[in-house]
Amino acid sequence: MNIVVLLKQVPSTESFIEIADNKVSVKTDDFKMVINPYDEYAVEEAIKLKEAHGGSVTILSAGLERTIASIRTALAMGADSGVLIQDPAVEECDSLGTARILAAALKQIPFDLIIAGQRAVDGDNFQVGIAVAEYLNIPHISLVTKEEIIDGKIRCHRTVEGGIVVLDAPLPALFTTQRGLNEPRYASLPGIMKAKKKPLEIKTLADIGLDAEKVGKPKTKIVAMKYPPERKGGRIIEGESAQAKAAALVKILHEESKVI
Amino acid sequence: MSHGCVLAIAEQSDGVFRKITFEVLSEGRRIADSLGCDLTAVVLGAGEDISKELGQYGADRIIVADNQALYEYANDAYTNVLSDIIEKEDPFAVILGSSTQGKDLSARIAARINAPLAMDCIAVRVENSNLVATRPMYGGKILADVALEGKPQIVAIRPNSMSIEKTAKPGSIEKPDINIGKTDLIFIEKKLETGKVDLTEADIVVSGGRGMGSSDFSIIEELAGLLGGAVGASRSAVDEGWRSVSDQVGQTGKVVSPNLYIACGISGAIQHLAGMSSSKVIVAINKDPDAPIFSKADYGITGDLFEIVPLITDETKKLMAS
Repeated sequence: MNIVVLLKQVPSTESFIEIADNKVSVKTDDFKMVINPYDEYAVEEAIKLKEAHGGSVTILSAGLERTIASIRTALAMGADSGVLIQDPAVEECDSLGTARILAAALKQIPFDLIIAGQRAVDGDNFQVGIAVAEYLNIPHISLVTKEEIIDGKIRCHRTVEGGIVVLDAPLPALFTTQRGLNEPRYASLPGIMKAKKKPLEIKTLADIGLDAEKVGKPKTKIVAMKYPPERKGGRIIEGESAQAKAAALVKILHEESKVI
Repeated sequence: MSHGCVLAIAEQSDGVFRKITFEVLSEGRRIADSLGCDLTAVVLGAGEDISKELGQYGADRIIVADNQALYEYANDAYTNVLSDIIEKEDPFAVILGSSTQGKDLSARIAARINAPLAMDCIAVRVENSNLVATRPMYGGKILADVALEGKPQIVAIRPNSMSIEKTAKPGSIEKPDINIGKTDLIFIEKKLETGKVDLTEADIVVSGGRGMGSSDFSIIEELAGLLGGAVGASRSAVDEGWRSVSDQVGQTGKVVSPNLYIACGISGAIQHLAGMSSSKVIVAINKDPDAPIFSKADYGITGDLFEIVPLITDETKKLMAS
C-alpha cells in the first residue's frame, strides 16, 4: 500500500509567540520548529500501516527550505522518501492555495491512502487536508482515532461531540488525525543515519506542472493581530480555613460572577 | 443584496438541534441585520420536522433537506446537498458551527465552491461590505482579524462564543427537491456516551491535572455533575492514562470556552492555557502558590484540592438548597 503523509513544519507548542511590527504576522526568528503534532500522528500511523501491509510511505510538504529538517525526522522515524514543494508561491497562498499545490504534487505520486493532520497548530485552520481530498475527488474522514484496512476500504473511528462515529471509505481515501490515534515513535540513531540517504526531492511549481496563476489569489487575509485580553492576575481567596475559602469562592461565583 | 443573503446551517443529532444551532442562527441574524437582508436557515436531516422553532431565532425562511441519506452526518452527502443549496440561493455569507461536523463540512464545501472560509471564529463583523472574522491562531496565543473576499463568505463559529438571542421571524418552511449525488462513505455505527455533557458545549468545566495523583477523579466528577458541567483533564493527566484523550483540554486537545472553568491540580502549562484561556471565569485550585495557572485565573485558592474541592461541592449544595 502506498501512503502519502501531508506534513507541515510549525513552531513547537511551547513557543512564545510574538506579533511582528507589521501587526499582521508573527516573529519567526527564534522559533523551535517541529513537525506539526497532528502530522506526527500521521507519520506514525503510515509507518505502522506499511509494517502491517507492505508498501511505501512518502512525506509531502510545501514550505521553506528549513522544512527539510522535519521531513528528515519523518524519514528517520521510518518513512521512505520525501518531497518538498519549495516555491515563492507557497508563502503567499491561503489554505485553498496550499491544498491546490499539494493536490498537484500528488498527481505525480502514486497513492492508495493519504494521511494528514486534522489541523496545523500554527494557523489552526482545519482545512488543507480536507481540501486536498476534494481536489483529488476522493473521500475523506476527519478526526480519526482508530483505523483499519479491510478489503480495499478503510474503516475509521471519527471523533464527534460525546463519542465516536464509525465510517467506511473505499480506497483511495484521505483521513485526518486526532490525538489518541497512536503514540509517535522517536527516531532511532540508526534511523537517523539511514534517513540521510533516503530520497528527498525538492520541487518547484513548474516541476509539478502547476501554473502559479492556478494556485489562486488568497481569499482570506489577516488584517490585524492582537494578543488575547490579558486576564487580571488572580485574586487569591484567603480564609481562616479551607471551609472558609470554599464558602467565599462559592459566594463570589454566585453573587459577583453569577456563573453558578 | 439578494433575498436570503445569509445562510445559517443548523446542526441536529437524532432529531434534536444542538446548542450551536441557536448560536449560529442568532449570529446569522445579527450579520443579516448589519447587511440589511434576510436570514435563511438550512436544516439537513430526515424524519420528524423540527425546523419550525428556528423562526424564533431569527430565520425568515427555513430550507429543509429531508432525506434518509441525511439522517446521520456523512461528509459527501451533506457536501453535495449543501453546495447545491448554496449555488441556488447564491448567498453573500454562510454561517455554521465550528463543531466536529461544521469543521468537516465547511472545509470540504469551501474547496468545492472555491469560497473563503474562516474557521473557529469568536467574533464576526461587517466592514466595507465584507466579513471580518476574529479567530484564535497558535492555539489561542494570538487573535487574528481575517478579512474575507469573494462570495459566499463562510464563517464557522466556535461553540459557546456567540450569545443566543430570540428574535421572532416568519420562519416559513420550504422543502426543495434534493439530489444526494455520488457518495462513497458508509455509516457503520455511532457510539455516544449518553447523558454526558459535551466538553465543548458545557457551560461549566471542572478539570483535573497532575495534582490528582491517580485516575480517581470522583471529587471532580461530583462537582461537575452537581453544576451540570463536564469533566476535563490536562495533558499530563491524559498522558498518565488517568483520563481518556477525549477529555483533554489544551492545544492538542479540546478548546473550551465555558462560563466557568475550574482547574484543579493543574499547573498551567502554556499547552493547557491554550485550550481554556477564553473561558469567561477561571478558578484555580493548587497547592503550589507559584503555579502559573494563578496568573491566568480570576480566582485562586491555594491548598490541597482533595480538601478544597469537596468543600466547594458542599457549599454549592448549601447554596442550591437555600
